[in-house]
Amino acid sequence: LQQMAKSSAPHKPKNSAINASRLMKYSRARIFQRKAAYKVKKVKTPAKKSAEKAAAAAAFVVKKIGGDKNGGERKVYKKTPKSLPTQVASRKVQLRPKKTFKKHVRRIRSNLAPGAVLILLAGRHKGKRVVLLKQLESGLLLVTGPRKLNGCPLRRVSQRYVIGTKTRIDISKVALPERLNDAYFRRQRSAKKSAASAGGSADIFAKSDAAYAVSAERREDQAAVDKALMGAIKASGDGPMLRSYLRSLFSIKSGQRPHAMVF
Amino acid sequence: MGKLDKFVQVGRVAFIANGADSGKVCAIAEIVDQNRVLIDGPCTGVRRQVCDMKRLHLTGFHLPLPHSSRTAVVRRKWLAAKLDERWTGTSWAKKLEARRLRASMTDFDRFKCARAKQIRNRIVSVAMGSLRKTSSPKLRKPNKKRHLRKA
Repeated sequence: LQQMAKSSAPHKPKNSAINASRLMKYSRARIFQRKAAYKVKKVKTPAKKSAEKAAAAAAFVVKKIGGDKNGGERKVYKKTPKSLPTQVASRKVQLRPKKTFKKHVRRIRSNLAPGAVLILLAGRHKGKRVVLLKQLESGLLLVTGPRKLNGCPLRRVSQRYVIGTKTRIDISKVALPERLNDAYFRRQRSAKKSAASAGGSADIFAKSDAAYAVSAERREDQAAVDKALMGAIKASGDGPMLRSYLRSLFSIKSGQRPHAMVF
Repeated sequence: MGKLDKFVQVGRVAFIANGADSGKVCAIAEIVDQNRVLIDGPCTGVRRQVCDMKRLHLTGFHLPLPHSSRTAVVRRKWLAAKLDERWTGTSWAKKLEARRLRASMTDFDRFKCARAKQIRNRIVSVAMGSLRKTSSPKLRKPNKKRHLRKA
Protein backbone atom coordinates (compact mmCIF):
# COMPACT_ATOMS: atom_id res chain seq x y z
CA LEU A 1 0.00 0.00 0.00
CA GLN A 2 2.87 2.31 0.86
CA GLN A 3 4.46 1.66 -2.55
CA MET A 4 1.20 2.38 -4.26
CA ALA A 5 0.84 5.60 -2.33
CA LYS A 6 4.35 6.69 -3.33
CA SER A 7 3.87 6.03 -7.02
CA SER A 8 0.55 7.67 -7.49
CA ALA A 9 -0.05 11.37 -7.04
CA PRO A 10 -3.10 12.49 -4.99
CA HIS A 11 -5.54 9.92 -6.38
CA LYS A 12 -9.27 9.97 -6.58
CA PRO A 13 -10.83 8.02 -3.72
CA LYS A 14 -12.33 4.78 -4.99
CA ASN A 15 -15.26 4.99 -2.62
CA SER A 16 -17.66 7.82 -2.19
CA ALA A 17 -20.56 8.72 0.00
CA ILE A 18 -24.06 8.47 -1.43
CA ASN A 19 -25.81 10.74 1.01
CA ALA A 20 -25.16 13.13 3.83
CA SER A 21 -25.02 10.40 6.45
CA ARG A 22 -21.92 8.95 4.80
CA LEU A 23 -23.50 5.79 3.42
CA MET A 24 -20.78 4.57 1.09
CA LYS A 25 -21.30 3.43 -2.48
CA TYR A 26 -19.14 0.35 -2.09
CA SER A 27 -19.10 -1.93 0.91
CA ARG A 28 -15.91 -2.89 2.69
CA ALA A 29 -15.68 -6.20 0.84
CA ARG A 30 -16.24 -4.60 -2.56
CA ILE A 31 -13.63 -1.97 -1.90
CA PHE A 32 -11.19 -4.71 -0.91
CA GLN A 33 -11.74 -6.20 -4.37
CA ARG A 34 -11.65 -2.89 -6.21
CA LYS A 35 -8.41 -1.81 -4.57
CA ALA A 36 -6.90 -5.25 -5.18
CA ALA A 37 -5.83 -5.18 -1.55
CA TYR A 38 -5.41 -8.97 -1.71
CA LYS A 39 -2.28 -8.32 -3.77
CA VAL A 40 -0.66 -6.30 -1.00
CA LYS A 41 1.69 -8.40 1.07
CA LYS A 42 1.50 -7.85 4.79
CA VAL A 43 4.92 -7.02 6.23
CA LYS A 44 5.65 -8.98 9.31
CA THR A 45 7.51 -7.12 12.01
CA PRO A 46 10.44 -9.24 13.22
CA ALA A 47 10.19 -10.77 16.70
CA LYS A 48 12.20 -8.44 18.94
CA LYS A 49 12.32 -10.64 22.00
CA SER A 50 13.97 -14.00 22.05
CA ALA A 51 12.05 -17.01 23.28
CA GLU A 52 13.77 -16.98 26.67
CA LYS A 53 13.05 -13.36 27.33
CA ALA A 54 9.48 -13.96 26.31
CA ALA A 55 9.14 -16.76 28.81
CA ALA A 56 10.62 -14.60 31.58
CA ALA A 57 8.32 -11.71 30.75
CA ALA A 58 5.21 -13.86 30.68
CA ALA A 59 2.87 -13.59 33.63
CA PHE A 60 2.60 -17.34 34.05
CA VAL A 61 4.75 -20.44 34.05
CA VAL A 62 4.00 -23.59 32.15
CA LYS A 63 4.13 -26.54 34.53
CA LYS A 64 3.92 -30.19 33.83
CA ILE A 65 1.31 -32.17 35.68
CA GLY A 66 0.82 -35.85 36.05
CA GLY A 67 -2.30 -37.79 35.52
CA ASP A 68 -3.97 -39.23 32.54
CA LYS A 69 -5.96 -37.45 29.87
CA ASN A 70 -5.73 -33.96 31.35
CA GLY A 71 -3.47 -32.12 28.92
CA GLY A 72 -0.24 -32.74 30.83
CA GLU A 73 0.45 -29.00 31.25
CA ARG A 74 -0.97 -26.14 33.17
CA LYS A 75 -0.29 -22.39 32.98
CA VAL A 76 0.29 -21.16 36.51
CA TYR A 77 0.26 -17.47 37.37
CA LYS A 78 3.55 -16.28 38.81
CA LYS A 79 1.75 -13.66 40.76
CA THR A 80 -1.98 -14.04 41.06
CA PRO A 81 -3.55 -10.88 39.75
CA LYS A 82 -5.77 -8.86 42.06
CA SER A 83 -8.82 -9.53 40.01
CA LEU A 84 -9.64 -12.43 37.73
CA PRO A 85 -12.63 -11.17 35.88
CA THR A 86 -14.82 -13.55 33.96
CA GLN A 87 -15.65 -10.83 31.48
CA VAL A 88 -13.44 -8.28 29.90
CA ALA A 89 -14.38 -4.97 31.38
CA SER A 90 -15.21 -2.49 28.68
CA ARG A 91 -12.93 0.48 28.80
CA LYS A 92 -14.91 3.66 28.87
CA VAL A 93 -13.13 6.36 27.02
CA GLN A 94 -12.81 9.43 29.24
CA LEU A 95 -13.59 12.23 26.87
CA ARG A 96 -13.21 14.77 29.66
CA PRO A 97 -11.33 13.11 32.54
CA LYS A 98 -12.22 14.06 36.10
CA LYS A 99 -10.07 16.89 37.39
CA THR A 100 -8.66 16.33 40.83
CA PHE A 101 -9.04 19.08 43.42
CA LYS A 102 -5.38 19.95 43.11
CA LYS A 103 -5.83 20.77 39.46
CA HIS A 104 -8.90 22.96 39.92
CA VAL A 105 -8.55 26.53 38.73
CA ARG A 106 -8.43 28.92 41.66
CA ARG A 107 -10.18 32.15 40.97
CA ILE A 108 -10.29 35.32 42.99
CA ARG A 109 -12.82 38.11 42.87
CA SER A 110 -11.48 41.14 41.09
CA ASN A 111 -12.02 43.46 44.03
CA LEU A 112 -9.95 41.30 46.38
CA ALA A 113 -6.30 42.26 46.17
CA PRO A 114 -3.56 41.94 48.79
CA GLY A 115 -3.94 44.81 51.21
CA ALA A 116 -7.70 45.05 50.86
CA VAL A 117 -9.82 45.38 53.97
CA LEU A 118 -12.40 42.62 54.15
CA ILE A 119 -15.51 42.22 56.27
CA LEU A 120 -15.86 38.69 57.59
CA LEU A 121 -19.43 37.49 57.43
CA ALA A 122 -19.26 34.13 59.16
CA GLY A 123 -17.26 32.21 61.69
CA ARG A 124 -16.11 33.25 65.12
CA HIS A 125 -14.70 36.48 63.77
CA LYS A 126 -17.83 37.56 61.97
CA GLY A 127 -18.32 41.28 61.63
CA LYS A 128 -14.64 41.97 61.96
CA ARG A 129 -12.75 44.04 59.46
CA VAL A 130 -9.52 42.30 58.53
CA VAL A 131 -6.66 42.76 56.11
CA LEU A 132 -6.18 40.39 53.20
CA LEU A 133 -2.58 39.25 52.88
CA LYS A 134 -2.68 36.85 49.96
CA GLN A 135 -4.49 33.98 48.32
CA LEU A 136 -3.14 30.55 49.21
CA GLU A 137 -2.65 27.60 46.86
CA SER A 138 -5.98 26.07 47.81
CA GLY A 139 -7.79 29.27 46.88
CA LEU A 140 -8.52 30.32 50.45
CA LEU A 141 -7.58 33.81 51.52
CA LEU A 142 -4.95 34.43 54.16
CA VAL A 143 -6.08 37.25 56.45
CA THR A 144 -5.02 38.80 59.70
CA GLY A 145 -6.78 41.33 62.00
CA PRO A 146 -4.09 42.52 62.74
CA ARG A 147 -4.54 40.53 65.92
CA LYS A 148 -3.49 43.51 67.97
CA LEU A 149 -6.47 45.51 66.73
CA ASN A 150 -9.35 43.07 66.60
CA GLY A 151 -8.17 39.68 67.80
CA CYS A 152 -8.34 37.98 64.45
CA PRO A 153 -5.16 35.94 63.97
CA LEU A 154 -3.42 34.79 60.80
CA ARG A 155 -6.22 32.75 59.41
CA ARG A 156 -7.59 31.20 56.28
CA VAL A 157 -10.95 32.36 55.09
CA SER A 158 -13.13 31.53 52.13
CA GLN A 159 -13.89 34.24 49.58
CA ARG A 160 -17.56 33.37 49.78
CA TYR A 161 -17.88 34.53 53.37
CA VAL A 162 -16.29 37.86 52.85
CA ILE A 163 -17.22 41.34 51.62
CA GLY A 164 -14.32 43.06 49.89
CA THR A 165 -14.27 46.77 50.67
CA LYS A 166 -12.65 49.44 48.57
CA THR A 167 -10.26 50.35 51.35
CA ARG A 168 -6.71 49.34 50.55
CA ILE A 169 -3.54 49.25 52.59
CA ASP A 170 -0.20 49.19 50.84
CA ILE A 171 1.38 45.94 52.03
CA SER A 172 4.13 45.76 49.43
CA LYS A 173 6.67 46.28 52.21
CA VAL A 174 5.12 43.61 54.41
CA ALA A 175 7.20 40.45 54.11
CA LEU A 176 5.15 37.35 54.81
CA PRO A 177 7.00 34.35 56.28
CA GLU A 178 7.64 31.66 53.67
CA ARG A 179 6.07 28.92 55.75
CA LEU A 180 2.56 30.38 55.64
CA ASN A 181 0.80 27.94 53.37
CA ASP A 182 -2.12 25.53 53.47
CA ALA A 183 -0.19 22.81 55.29
CA TYR A 184 0.67 25.31 58.04
CA PHE A 185 -2.97 26.06 58.70
CA ARG A 186 -4.26 22.55 58.28
CA ARG A 187 -6.17 21.10 61.22
CA GLN A 188 -4.05 18.76 63.26
CA ARG A 189 -5.76 15.51 64.16
CA SER A 190 -4.14 13.92 67.21
CA ALA A 191 -2.02 10.82 66.43
CA LYS A 192 -3.91 8.68 68.95
CA LYS A 193 -7.25 9.41 67.40
CA SER A 194 -6.11 8.72 63.86
CA ALA A 195 -4.55 5.42 64.93
CA ALA A 196 -7.73 4.49 66.75
CA SER A 197 -9.90 5.20 63.76
CA ALA A 198 -7.59 3.11 61.60
CA GLY A 199 -7.47 0.21 64.08
CA GLY A 200 -11.08 0.37 65.08
CA SER A 201 -10.45 -1.22 68.42
CA ALA A 202 -9.70 1.79 70.62
CA ASP A 203 -11.63 2.81 73.65
CA ILE A 204 -14.49 4.84 72.22
CA PHE A 205 -15.00 6.61 75.52
CA ALA A 206 -11.45 7.89 75.50
CA LYS A 207 -11.20 11.61 76.15
CA SER A 208 -10.80 13.70 73.03
CA ASP A 209 -7.47 15.36 72.39
CA ALA A 210 -6.36 18.23 74.57
CA ALA A 211 -7.54 21.80 73.93
CA TYR A 212 -5.84 23.64 71.08
CA ALA A 213 -2.63 25.32 72.17
CA VAL A 214 -1.01 28.03 70.07
CA SER A 215 2.36 26.85 68.80
CA ALA A 216 5.49 28.92 69.19
CA GLU A 217 5.89 29.36 65.47
CA ARG A 218 2.37 30.73 65.21
CA ARG A 219 3.13 33.36 67.85
CA GLU A 220 6.32 34.23 66.09
CA ASP A 221 4.72 34.61 62.68
CA GLN A 222 1.77 36.57 64.09
CA ALA A 223 4.09 39.01 65.84
CA ALA A 224 6.21 39.49 62.75
CA VAL A 225 3.29 40.05 60.40
CA ASP A 226 1.45 42.29 62.87
CA LYS A 227 4.48 44.50 63.35
CA ALA A 228 4.97 44.97 59.63
CA LEU A 229 1.25 45.50 59.06
CA MET A 230 0.90 48.08 61.83
CA GLY A 231 3.77 49.92 60.24
CA ALA A 232 2.01 49.85 56.88
CA ILE A 233 -1.22 51.12 58.47
CA LYS A 234 0.64 53.92 60.17
CA ALA A 235 2.33 54.86 56.91
CA SER A 236 -0.95 55.01 55.00
CA GLY A 237 -2.89 58.26 54.79
CA ASP A 238 -5.59 57.70 57.41
CA GLY A 239 -3.51 55.99 60.08
CA PRO A 240 -5.46 56.67 63.31
CA MET A 241 -8.85 56.37 61.59
CA LEU A 242 -7.82 53.10 59.93
CA ARG A 243 -6.83 51.68 63.27
CA SER A 244 -10.19 52.46 64.88
CA TYR A 245 -11.89 51.25 61.70
CA LEU A 246 -10.20 47.87 61.94
CA ARG A 247 -11.08 47.66 65.61
CA SER A 248 -14.76 48.29 64.98
CA LEU A 249 -17.35 45.72 64.00
CA PHE A 250 -19.52 45.83 60.93
CA SER A 251 -23.28 45.70 61.23
CA ILE A 252 -26.27 46.60 59.10
CA LYS A 253 -28.11 49.56 60.56
CA SER A 254 -31.75 50.36 60.12
CA GLY A 255 -32.46 51.76 56.67
CA GLN A 256 -29.27 50.40 55.12
CA ARG A 257 -29.71 48.20 52.10
CA PRO A 258 -26.62 46.05 51.44
CA HIS A 259 -27.39 45.56 47.76
CA ALA A 260 -27.46 49.32 47.26
CA MET A 261 -24.40 50.07 49.38
CA VAL A 262 -20.94 50.66 48.09
CA PHE A 263 -18.37 48.84 50.18
CA MET B 1 -51.69 73.14 44.68
CA GLY B 2 -48.46 75.15 44.41
CA LYS B 3 -47.68 78.32 42.53
CA LEU B 4 -48.27 77.93 38.79
CA ASP B 5 -45.13 79.78 37.80
CA LYS B 6 -43.16 77.13 35.91
CA PHE B 7 -44.50 76.80 32.41
CA VAL B 8 -43.77 74.37 29.67
CA GLN B 9 -42.40 76.92 27.25
CA VAL B 10 -39.64 77.26 24.75
CA GLY B 11 -36.48 78.05 26.66
CA ARG B 12 -37.63 76.52 29.95
CA VAL B 13 -34.80 74.67 31.64
CA ALA B 14 -35.90 71.21 32.67
CA PHE B 15 -34.38 68.44 34.77
CA ILE B 16 -34.47 64.96 33.26
CA ALA B 17 -35.67 62.57 35.95
CA ASN B 18 -35.22 59.18 34.34
CA GLY B 19 -33.74 57.43 31.36
CA ALA B 20 -30.20 57.45 30.06
CA ASP B 21 -29.77 61.19 30.66
CA SER B 22 -31.28 61.17 34.12
CA GLY B 23 -29.85 63.79 36.43
CA LYS B 24 -29.02 66.25 33.66
CA VAL B 25 -30.62 69.60 32.84
CA CYS B 26 -31.65 70.69 29.38
CA ALA B 27 -33.60 73.40 27.62
CA ILE B 28 -36.94 73.03 25.85
CA ALA B 29 -36.33 73.98 22.23
CA GLU B 30 -39.78 73.29 20.85
CA ILE B 31 -43.13 71.92 21.89
CA VAL B 32 -44.30 68.91 19.93
CA ASP B 33 -47.73 68.31 21.41
CA GLN B 34 -49.60 68.06 24.69
CA ASN B 35 -47.18 65.51 26.11
CA ARG B 36 -43.93 65.85 24.25
CA VAL B 37 -41.27 68.49 23.80
CA LEU B 38 -38.05 68.80 21.89
CA ILE B 39 -35.20 69.16 24.35
CA ASP B 40 -31.56 70.07 23.87
CA GLY B 41 -28.69 70.30 26.36
CA PRO B 42 -25.46 70.94 24.45
CA CYS B 43 -23.60 72.11 27.56
CA THR B 44 -24.79 69.23 29.73
CA GLY B 45 -24.39 66.38 27.26
CA VAL B 46 -28.05 65.92 26.38
CA ARG B 47 -28.62 65.19 22.72
CA ARG B 48 -31.31 67.03 20.88
CA GLN B 49 -34.33 64.76 21.11
CA VAL B 50 -38.04 64.54 21.63
CA CYS B 51 -38.87 63.87 25.22
CA ASP B 52 -42.05 63.05 27.09
CA MET B 53 -43.11 65.64 29.64
CA LYS B 54 -43.53 62.90 32.21
CA ARG B 55 -39.76 62.47 32.30
CA LEU B 56 -39.08 66.15 32.87
CA HIS B 57 -39.19 68.19 36.03
CA LEU B 58 -39.36 71.92 35.29
CA THR B 59 -36.87 74.20 36.97
CA GLY B 60 -37.22 77.90 37.75
CA PHE B 61 -34.80 78.87 34.99
CA HIS B 62 -35.79 80.15 31.60
CA LEU B 63 -33.67 81.00 28.58
CA PRO B 64 -34.73 83.61 26.06
CA LEU B 65 -34.80 81.14 23.18
CA PRO B 66 -36.60 81.53 19.87
CA HIS B 67 -38.59 78.40 19.14
CA SER B 68 -36.88 75.58 17.17
CA SER B 69 -33.46 77.08 17.82
CA ARG B 70 -30.69 74.86 16.66
CA THR B 71 -28.15 73.41 19.08
CA ALA B 72 -25.52 76.07 18.51
CA VAL B 73 -27.99 78.80 19.43
CA VAL B 74 -29.07 76.94 22.56
CA ARG B 75 -25.41 76.56 23.54
CA ARG B 76 -24.72 80.25 23.03
CA LYS B 77 -27.72 81.34 25.11
CA TRP B 78 -26.95 78.77 27.82
CA LEU B 79 -23.37 79.96 28.22
CA ALA B 80 -24.42 83.61 28.15
CA ALA B 81 -26.92 82.97 30.93
CA LYS B 82 -24.27 81.05 32.94
CA LEU B 83 -26.82 78.37 33.56
CA ASP B 84 -24.33 75.72 34.71
CA GLU B 85 -23.22 77.78 37.72
CA ARG B 86 -26.73 78.96 38.48
CA TRP B 87 -28.01 75.39 38.39
CA THR B 88 -25.28 73.95 40.66
CA GLY B 89 -25.94 76.83 43.06
CA THR B 90 -29.56 75.83 43.62
CA SER B 91 -30.44 73.82 46.70
CA TRP B 92 -32.07 71.26 44.37
CA ALA B 93 -28.72 70.52 42.70
CA LYS B 94 -26.93 70.59 46.04
CA LYS B 95 -29.30 68.02 47.48
CA LEU B 96 -28.78 65.80 44.45
CA GLU B 97 -25.03 66.06 44.87
CA ALA B 98 -25.30 65.24 48.57
CA ARG B 99 -27.42 62.20 47.76
CA ARG B 100 -24.90 61.06 45.16
CA LEU B 101 -21.99 61.44 47.60
CA ARG B 102 -23.82 59.57 50.33
CA ALA B 103 -24.59 56.69 47.95
CA SER B 104 -20.97 56.44 46.85
CA MET B 105 -19.55 56.33 50.37
CA THR B 106 -17.43 53.29 51.03
CA ASP B 107 -17.55 51.31 54.27
CA PHE B 108 -14.56 53.27 55.57
CA ASP B 109 -16.20 56.58 54.64
CA ARG B 110 -19.33 55.61 56.50
CA PHE B 111 -17.23 54.77 59.54
CA LYS B 112 -15.40 58.11 59.38
CA CYS B 113 -18.70 59.96 58.98
CA ALA B 114 -20.22 58.20 61.97
CA ARG B 115 -17.11 58.86 64.03
CA ALA B 116 -17.12 62.54 63.07
CA LYS B 117 -20.79 62.84 64.09
CA GLN B 118 -20.00 61.16 67.40
CA ILE B 119 -17.17 63.57 68.16
CA ARG B 120 -19.30 66.56 67.27
CA ASN B 121 -22.22 65.34 69.34
CA ARG B 122 -19.96 64.80 72.31
CA ILE B 123 -18.70 68.38 72.07
CA VAL B 124 -22.28 69.62 71.91
CA SER B 125 -23.51 67.56 74.82
CA VAL B 126 -20.54 68.51 76.98
CA ALA B 127 -21.19 72.19 76.25
CA MET B 128 -24.88 71.68 76.94
CA GLY B 129 -24.09 70.02 80.22
CA SER B 130 -21.89 72.88 81.39
CA LEU B 131 -24.54 75.42 80.33
CA ARG B 132 -27.15 73.59 82.30
CA LYS B 133 -25.01 73.69 85.43
CA THR B 134 -24.63 77.46 85.26
CA SER B 135 -28.29 78.10 84.43
CA SER B 136 -31.39 78.49 86.65
CA PRO B 137 -32.55 75.53 88.79
CA LYS B 138 -35.74 75.24 86.74
CA LEU B 139 -33.78 74.53 83.59
CA ARG B 140 -31.19 72.36 85.29
CA LYS B 141 -33.11 69.14 84.95
CA PRO B 142 -33.96 68.27 81.37
CA ASN B 143 -37.73 67.96 81.07
CA LYS B 144 -38.15 64.80 79.08
CA LYS B 145 -41.92 65.09 78.91
CA ARG B 146 -41.99 68.63 77.53
CA HIS B 147 -43.19 67.42 74.16
CA LEU B 148 -46.17 65.64 75.77
CA ARG B 149 -47.32 68.71 77.64
CA LYS B 150 -50.28 70.46 76.10
CA ALA B 151 -49.53 73.94 74.73
